Parts: sequence; C-alpha cells; structure tokens
Amino acid sequence: MGSFLETLFGGLMVGMLYSLIALGFVLIYKASGVFNFAQGAMVLFAALAMARFAEWIPKLTGLEDKFLGNTIAFALAALVMVVLAWLIQKLVLGKLVNQEGITLLMATLGITYFLEGSGQALFGNDIYKIDIGMPKDPIFILDGSFPGGLLVNKEDLYAAVIAAVLVALLAIFFQKTATGRALRAVADDHQAAQSIGIPLDRIWVIVWSVAGIVALVAGVIWGSKLGVQFSLSLVALKALPVVILGGLTSIPGAIIGGLIIGVGEKLSEIYLGPHLGGGIEIWFAYVLALAFLLVRPQGLFGEKIIDRV
Amino acid sequence: MLYRENGQFKTTYRGDQQIFPILQDRTAIGLVLGVAFLLVPLAANEYVFRAILIPFLILSLAALGLNILVGYCGQISLGTGAFMAVGAYAAYNFMARVDGMPLLVALLLGGLTSTVVGVLFGIPSLRIKGLYLAVATLAAQFFADWAFLRVPFFTNNSSSGSVSVASLSVFGMAIESPVSKYLFCLTIVCVFALLAKNLVRGHLGREWMAIRDMDVAAAVIGIRPVYAKLTAFAVSSFIVGVAGALWGFVYLGSWEPAAFSIDRSFQLLFMVIIGGLGSIMGSFFGAAFIVLLPLFLSQVPALLGIPLSVTIASHLEFMIFGSLIVLFLIVEPHGLARLWATGKEKLRLWPFPH
Repeated sequence: MGSFLETLFGGLMVGMLYSLIALGFVLIYKASGVFNFAQGAMVLFAALAMARFAEWIPKLTGLEDKFLGNTIAFALAALVMVVLAWLIQKLVLGKLVNQEGITLLMATLGITYFLEGSGQALFGNDIYKIDIGMPKDPIFILDGSFPGGLLVNKEDLYAAVIAAVLVALLAIFFQKTATGRALRAVADDHQAAQSIGIPLDRIWVIVWSVAGIVALVAGVIWGSKLGVQFSLSLVALKALPVVILGGLTSIPGAIIGGLIIGVGEKLSEIYLGPHLGGGIEIWFAYVLALAFLLVRPQGLFGEKIIDRV
Repeated sequence: MLYRENGQFKTTYRGDQQIFPILQDRTAIGLVLGVAFLLVPLAANEYVFRAILIPFLILSLAALGLNILVGYCGQISLGTGAFMAVGAYAAYNFMARVDGMPLLVALLLGGLTSTVVGVLFGIPSLRIKGLYLAVATLAAQFFADWAFLRVPFFTNNSSSGSVSVASLSVFGMAIESPVSKYLFCLTIVCVFALLAKNLVRGHLGREWMAIRDMDVAAAVIGIRPVYAKLTAFAVSSFIVGVAGALWGFVYLGSWEPAAFSIDRSFQLLFMVIIGGLGSIMGSFFGAAFIVLLPLFLSQVPALLGIPLSVTIASHLEFMIFGSLIVLFLIVEPHGLARLWATGKEKLRLWPFPH
C-alpha cells in the first residue's frame, strides 16, 4: 500500500509538469487553431535563455543576491519569449492565415528546427543548471498511517505548487481581465470576435506570449530537475498524449489529462513494466490516450466534433 | 510552342485514359527514364550514388507511400518511421530465419508485414480524425521504437536491435556495387510508382479522395469509410514497408532502431507536404528537395570560405533548414507539384501568352 501511494504521488507530480507543457499547446490551439509542435522547442529555448541569463547577470553586473539575479534572468527570458511570439506571428503565422491545419503544423515543425538550432547557437549546447533554490531533500509524510511513512520529493512538491499557482493565475487572467475576455471571445469564434473589433493579430501575439511564458515556467521547473539540455525539447512528446487525452481545446482537460497520464505512466512502469521488459513509459501514455479516444474521439473535455455535410 | 496538345486527337478510350495524354509528356518521361537507366550509371561516381541517388530513390518510395495516406486519403500519419522499421526488421527476419529466401520475396514479405501492422494502427482512424489521429499515430512510432529495442524475437536476438545483412543478390546477380544497388532501387521505385499512379486513378483512388474531401459526404453517396480508410492504410504501409526494407538492406546494410526514429517520420512528412499533397510526381520532388537541401547547406560554409566549427555549422544548418521550410510553406503552400503544374500551364501558352 505504501509503495502504491508513493508511486501515485510521484505520478501526480510528474503529471502536473506534463500539464504545464500541455497547457501551452491548448492555449495556442484554442485561440488560433494552430497545433503548435514547437512548444517543446520553446520550452528548451526558454530554459536555455533563463539558465544562461542567470549565469551571465552576476558576471556582468557583479550582482551578489541570487534571488534578485534569478528574478532578473526570469524577466529577461520572459521578454525574449514575448519578442519571439511577436516574431512568429509577424513572420510566420500572419502569412499563413486560412491555410489548412496540416500546413500550419508543418510550419511549427519548421519553427521547431529553427528554435532548436538558434537556441543552441546563441546560448551554447552544454548541459546547464538552473538553480532557483528548490530544496532537493526528500521528506516523509503520514508517518502515523504507514510504517516508515511515505517518501515524497520536496522538489516535486514545490514544482506542483508552482504549477498550481500558474494555472490559477491563468484562470484569473482569462476570467477577470478584459484581455482574457477578448482571448476567450477569439477562441469561441474568430469572425465574430473580429467583427466586434477585437484585433486578431494582437490577440494571437498575446496568446503566443502567454504560451511562451508557460513554456518558460515549465522549462525552469524541468530544467532545475533534469538540467537544461537538448533532450528537454523531447519532453513535449510526452505531453502530446496529455493534450489529446484531455481534449485539444480544454484547459481543465490539459490538467486532468496530465494527472491521468502521469499516474498511468508511473503505475504501468511499476506493475506492468517488469512483465514487458521495462521502458514502456513512453508508448504507454500514447496507448492510454488512444484507448480513451476510441471511446471519446474529442478527448475528455474537448468540444464535441460535429460533422456537417 | 513546343508543348502543346494541338492536333493530338484521341480516337480510342485507351488513348483518352493514358497516364500521359500529351505526346511531349510521354517523350519527356521516356527521356528521363532513359537517362536514369542508361546515362546515370555511366556518368555518376560512387559518392553521388551513395550520398544522393540511392537515398533519394528509397525516400521517394517511402514518401510515395505516405502520400497515398496523407495526400490521397487525408489521414495524417506521424508514424511512418515505425512502418519503415517494421518492413526492414520483418524482411531481415525472413532472410535470417528462412534458408535460401530470395531478396525480392523477403522485401515483399516485409512490406506485407508492415501492411498488417499498418491496418492494425489504422483501425483507430475510423473514429479518431484530424490532428487527434496524427498524435495517435505517434503511438505506432514509439511502440515500434520500444519493441525493436526490447523484444529480442523481432531482432533475431541481437543486442540493442542492431542487425546487419550480408551479401545481397537478385536472380543470381550480386547487388554489391553502388551502380547495381542504384539500378535495383530504380527498378523497384519505377514499378511501384506506376502501380501507385494507376491505383490512384482507379476506383480505389477516387474513394480515397472522396473520403479526404469530406468523409461524411462520401459515406452518404455510398463509399464505405472502413474499407476506404483501411485500404489506404494497407497500401500506404505496404509501400512504406518495402521502402524501409530497402533503406535497411540496400542503403544502410546494418542498422538499429534509431534509423527509423520519429525524425524520419517528420522528414517524410516534410517531403510529402513540400512535394505536394495528392501527387505522385510531388513525392519525388519533395524527396529530392529534402535530400539535397542538407547536403547543399553543409557545403555552403566551405564554398564561401567561412571557417565554422562543426557544432555551430550544424546549428546553423538546423536554423536555415527550419526557416527555409517555413518560407517554402508561405510562398507555395501547395508544394512543388503545384509549381510544376503552373509551369506547364505557362509553357502551353508560351511564347504568346494572349
């Protein structure tokens, strides 16, 4: 029982991080109908920027305070992501309005190559550390109920809290601000939104910026866990089943889908893995999502797909 | 002036239904084939065969297979690499486990195995559509990556899935030299291209296109979506499987699962999109573009005399490749095949456009 719960917790924590990446996909798909394959590359790019800024700022300015240095680095990296969003909208998506979904998908694949190349060319291609002072020591909880208690990584706990806060902030932004309302309007119906005077171009830049900042947060958390390196962009491939499981257009779907995939992955690795030869995490998530989709083709919370002739 | 069908009257149905109804087209394709079969083997050197021609031929075959699925039937697949891997490993197993298995039969059996797997992973397409399906096909990709790495049976118990094939021969002729490999691939590609062209012109191809354009409407006029979609998956993965087997046997010689990774799937999808969706000719254009572009890009710094470290050069290559793809999609979203068609239209009026 104890080990089961431990696995469950581990799965929930990882799932939270998958949700963060999935969130970026959903934000962009909902607002602009672009399936953004570059989300993983954006995570890598943002994390690289953050890691190197945090390294450069103390060197250049002689700043001692680590917290302040990290904050400035984070702000600069966020600024980079906003500029990137603006460039993507201006140079790529603005020119591809009204193209088919697959063409847009391929364009984001092109952006992926560009970001992977430029990120490593600008910021270097070693393994970098992001140290935002997250505690690494494990803690034990529920000592009373189980012999020895449950081992939980404090780092994971912090990460989950950060993710939850970010989601809450996004929810407030979407529900309570004028820009958020405009974003929801665009997501509902592009043409109607445009006809009441919402500038689509600007909205799309905002959405890509928000997705870029979400990618930055995801990159910082993953980066402080695993180190910032090229393989970070592959994390996005693990977030894809989350997106289709939860539904491409649903933010709660991304979060709940992430939790389901995270838990399913860990449990399958523990209980199914030994029988199948191990390493099944990566495809299990996809098969799980596939099985779900066979029952609900639009994902858990996706809008019902209606076919009209 | 030169390219015009004036005076070429069709007096039979056969004549009306030719693949190339215009005489000039027939002459041109005859010339191309003549050059490819006779002149190229005499003129090209070993580097050109190994680095350009053989990969180009095999990848265009794979792109052709993918184009049937994505371009003609409208089912986006990101798992092409997996079907190539299935073809390659199945053919390897037939060669290794059955004594005296002829190469051609092994290749075709590899393709057939890939067909079975393709149909299996195609079944979800009956319910899942569009981008959801695209992501779902990644399941095939990752499952294949895992299976060929971890399940010893599929790789004839070789460690970490790396296998190699020794001497190849067809009808008693050894396929060792680059020229013979090239001719072997060329023959297979020509046969498959002809078959595919005829298939998409026939009733099956029309069913696929109806499903692609709107599956509900197609079902209403009496096209069975199950049959159409699954045949598209079957035919596509058969061709892709044969291409995978060729890639392993003829081009690589020895390979491991990483040769058919997700990058391969993306590369093939690029070929299909850049070449032109729903065009047999486009698959060849796309393959040529994607095969030649990195080679060209890697030559540029040397040609310009800019000294670049290897890592910086590879990053720059990535950047330029990515931006060229984007640029291409913006300039011509319908691919090289559309450019080709526009060019032909222009040529018919040339030199008097009015």
